[in-house]
Amino acid sequence: VSEACLHCGGAVPAGLGGGFCCRGCEGAYGLVNTLGLEQYYRRRTVDPAARPLRPDEEAGRFHDYSAHVQPAENGEACLHLMIEGMHCGACIWLIESLLNKQAGVTWARVNMTTRRLVVRWRDGENDPGTILAPVLAVGYRLVPYDPQRLGQETQRQEKELLRAMAVAGFAASNVMLLSVSVWAGHFSYMGPATRDLMHWISALVVLPAVAWCIRPFARSAITALRAGRTNMDVPITIGVTLASAMSLYETMHGGEYAYFDSAITLLFFLLIGRYLDSRARGRARTAVEHLLALDATAVTVVEPDGGQRLLPPHKVAAGALVLVAAGERIGVDGVVAEGSSDVDTGLITGESVPATVAPGAKVFAGTINLSAPLRLVVAAVGERTLLAEIVRMMEVAEQGRARYVALADRVARYYAPVVHVAALSTFLAWTLFTETPWQVALLYAVAVLIITCPCALALAVPVVQVIGSGRLMRQGILIKSATALERFADVDTVVFDKTGTLTLGRPRLVEGGWQEDDLRLAASLALSSRHPLARALAQADPAAPVAEGVAEVPGRGLEAAGMRLGSRAFVGVEDEFEAVGPELWLSRPGRAPVRFAFTDEVRPDAAPVVAALQARGLSVELLSGDRQPTVRQVAGDLGISVWRAACTPQAKCRRLAELAAEGRRVLMVGDGLNDAPALAAAHVSMSPSTAVDVSQTTADVVFQGHRLGPVLETLDVARTSRLLVKQNFALALGYNVFTVPLAVIGLVTPLIAAIAMSTSSLVVIGNALRLSRGRKP
Amino acid sequence: VTNLLMLIPVALFLGFSGLLGFLWALKSGQFDDLDGAAHRILFDDDNDQPSRKA
Repeated sequence: VSEACLHCGGAVPAGLGGGFCCRGCEGAYGLVNTLGLEQYYRRRTVDPAARPLRPDEEAGRFHDYSAHVQPAENGEACLHLMIEGMHCGACIWLIESLLNKQAGVTWARVNMTTRRLVVRWRDGENDPGTILAPVLAVGYRLVPYDPQRLGQETQRQEKELLRAMAVAGFAASNVMLLSVSVWAGHFSYMGPATRDLMHWISALVVLPAVAWCIRPFARSAITALRAGRTNMDVPITIGVTLASAMSLYETMHGGEYAYFDSAITLLFFLLIGRYLDSRARGRARTAVEHLLALDATAVTVVEPDGGQRLLPPHKVAAGALVLVAAGERIGVDGVVAEGSSDVDTGLITGESVPATVAPGAKVFAGTINLSAPLRLVVAAVGERTLLAEIVRMMEVAEQGRARYVALADRVARYYAPVVHVAALSTFLAWTLFTETPWQVALLYAVAVLIITCPCALALAVPVVQVIGSGRLMRQGILIKSATALERFADVDTVVFDKTGTLTLGRPRLVEGGWQEDDLRLAASLALSSRHPLARALAQADPAAPVAEGVAEVPGRGLEAAGMRLGSRAFVGVEDEFEAVGPELWLSRPGRAPVRFAFTDEVRPDAAPVVAALQARGLSVELLSGDRQPTVRQVAGDLGISVWRAACTPQAKCRRLAELAAEGRRVLMVGDGLNDAPALAAAHVSMSPSTAVDVSQTTADVVFQGHRLGPVLETLDVARTSRLLVKQNFALALGYNVFTVPLAVIGLVTPLIAAIAMSTSSLVVIGNALRLSRGRKP
Repeated sequence: VTNLLMLIPVALFLGFSGLLGFLWALKSGQFDDLDGAAHRILFDDDNDQPSRKA
């Protein structure tokens, strides 16, 4: 590997001059230079974690963008897209510049945080395909989405939190100003009139702020109470409300102590924790929100009069005739009416070799038609497709997991009643056994509530999680669900899928059985096909010239001037032994046929990772939909003793249920649609970012890159996090043990409460920060 | 005491206007893309502003 490609930065295959790794890159480089945007190459920094900027030859074929155009104001049209392959700020600049140079475009803006693009243009002056073509040609992948359906909810919540945080911050800082002078007044002289004035102003600032900022907590507390549970938000809500009400009462009666500052500072701290938490997970979620890509494929329907129309899959009726171009993803379940082709069924079966289909064969939504156009009679659409059935199975499996209770809520379940009983008994003890007036007793009880109000406790988990997921995110590992790290720490069994998970999911030519000139010839034939095996062959010899007059016989192979490249039957080999992996045969007149065998390459660090997992006392299993010989070989290579081949999605789910019944906590790592139900059924699940959309949406954790190391890294961070969370709980509880007695005997003043609360929170945050400083992987 | 009567409202007013400013910024979408803004400044060109073409 000598040279880096001028466009994508990837390695230029040996023997290929000119500084480019493929024709797509050469074209893209030319395009960027023609438009005078060549500064891009000087300005960019390539992010090794992101998808390389390698143009896809069929880019634009998969999506018909015009179906997603929305009208905007002033007679403009508008398109919302998700971008894949962005590396840095220079990419924003390049994309926006490319789009702004197109006729009619009035607005193009990339949001780097959410990786989304909005384009607006004057309707009628241009069409979306032309506008987006240069961006696709440079190598970005664009997926249209419906802004109404995507992430609005989380975004709205996040904004609400941010707004509440701002209000709480404002109120807290101003009230602290007043409170400090009141506290100072306890030591020097401050007249009761001045103190009351201070209290009244504090009340004026704090009460509206509390009423507004407590809503996120109150909502969650009420939901929990309705369901007959308690969570951390219950004591928070009660504590803050009582403290504010009590302080108001004290202020009205000219009392000495008011807890306005404690109430609002507490809310402020908690809102910070909540916001950080939601933001960290929101970013992971946006990176994975490609589920809609499946729904975004348009289906070409052939009308009875011969015309063609593009429709979203859910609008297609059963019995309709549908045209599927080569390279297109099939959007419906159907029966082939005309044409024969190879269909990549990897999504459904997990098999790496495409299946051959001919008229009468059944095909399923979500599979990809590879070599020739097909006409299908629609058998089922939308909810009735196999794809939808798998998604349903997944949802059923997911309900089991929804019962998992977060550690913090488990603690709160015991903690909340104890706190409330303590406060109540403080009140009762003071009124019944002493001469204290009930107002003072109530004040002591409120002090107990404030002191125990789990500020540190409520920060203990989110802070660790934010720091943990931040650390993982820097390595391209995205944590999607709130309790994923906790569940990860419980794991004692790891179940892998094979294709695309342990392996890279793309075939690679195996050495042996062929000569250099055989390969040269085969590769030059293979250049004319999109079949994955043909592509692998062409990649193996990038210097091969394109052969003339090659005809593709769909589902069988390629033919040119008496030479044939294709399946065993196609070249007429009468050999009965079963092939271990996929293969292609090359036949020439007058010479014996040559066999090219392929293997699905195992991820470079799969073996050490499996060994390391086993060394940590985890048992490792392999469940694959692929055929037995292939699975046996991979399992043997990686040292996995328990494996099953030819598993259907149901079989995978059953196996996971068996393991769960044995009391095992299973981590499922998989990428195919056939894994999706199993991913949902597992205790915790993980998917590579190359996985299909449904799997990525289901998985708790998504990782990028070619290595399997993230599995190990996530496990380590999860275990460290659990330790830190437990330490934090111990710290928070220890502090309560120390201060609650003081509150019970009535020694806690607002000043002491404020100091105690902030120190405990700071200690907990400080402890959590140790995670980010952790060892380098 | 008269100083206080003046200073406290002034302090509150200043704080409150800061808060309003922040809420306005939030509403007008200035916090939507925190990462992009930091990078965008490095690459802004003056010659292809979309607004000028419109």
